[in-house]
Amino acid sequence: MLKKNLLLLVAVVALTLLPILFLQDAEFGGADGEAEKAITEINSEYEPWFTAIWEPPSGEIESLLFVLQGVVGALIIGYFIGYMRGKNTKKSNVKH
Amino acid sequence: MKQLLPKLAYFGVVFLFIPKEAYAMHIMEGYLPIRWAIFWFVLCLPFLVKGLMAIRKVVKENPESKLLLALSGAFTFVLSALKIPSVTGSCSHPTGVGLGSVLFGPFVMSVLGSIVLLFQALLLAHGGLTTLGANIFSMAIVGPFIAIGVFKLITKWGLSFSVAVFFAAMLGDLGTYVMTSIQLALAFPAEIGGFLGSFQKFASIFAITQIPLAVSEGLLTVMIMNFIQKYNMSELIKLRILKAKES
Repeated sequence: MLKKNLLLLVAVVALTLLPILFLQDAEFGGADGEAEKAITEINSEYEPWFTAIWEPPSGEIESLLFVLQGVVGALIIGYFIGYMRGKNTKKSNVKH
Repeated sequence: MKQLLPKLAYFGVVFLFIPKEAYAMHIMEGYLPIRWAIFWFVLCLPFLVKGLMAIRKVVKENPESKLLLALSGAFTFVLSALKIPSVTGSCSHPTGVGLGSVLFGPFVMSVLGSIVLLFQALLLAHGGLTTLGANIFSMAIVGPFIAIGVFKLITKWGLSFSVAVFFAAMLGDLGTYVMTSIQLALAFPAEIGGFLGSFQKFASIFAITQIPLAVSEGLLTVMIMNFIQKYNMSELIKLRILKAKES
């Protein structure tokens, strides 16, 4: 199973790296600005009628919060895999 | 109907050869007219109510499955935090709803996905409160339903569990962003070309960027499922996802 997962992981990493390697002048922006622009192109009178009640004060703080979100999730996943593995080996030890 | 096919073919070609710079994610705060915002909210409500009931039932019947439930939520949390570069020269993030949909069904996942979207709207100014209904509908309802449908179909065809999981997660992810494009096109039909004209525009922003990410999400979901299969087989059988004989 580990070998299979390693292969899958390599494929994911390759899929992620290829755009960066082949599209060297791309901006890889992260704002949702393009869709906003498209809306303005279609309906130039449209004004967003509500703005975010709180926005991260800077890109750095936004990335901090995104990292935290990832960390919390990854912690739970790691805990889950470790717990299951531990439980499994314990069971098989008792059997033998 | 006759006109639709060439149109669709044309869009396909346009999508392939004119990669636009795009930042594909959820619908931004304030960018849906109020009547559409309300419409999507109302549409989501029955799904969320049923989802809460489904979660209660799962936890009551299988208390041990709480851990898997947490895992499904955590998986969405991680995947939707990963902004990944794509072929269009911009970034987007996967949704991660496929795993939970296969494990617990689409209704349970609609609740977990909504929690993630609420978190991102409140703390990250990503998506938004007024567009939350629309974003829940695309990511936490349409995505999971496509995922479970694809999973069941492929399993029925007799293909392997991993293949079914891969396509379920991948097409659920892709379907989410096609839905986002439909939602925006409905709210902002183009003066020339109407709904289809706008759909082409938004799909080239939202859906194309998503294709490689959807493949990545499919692969990552298979990876996690491999772990669950190895260490938690009994749970999968209890949740009636795998039959006992396969263990």
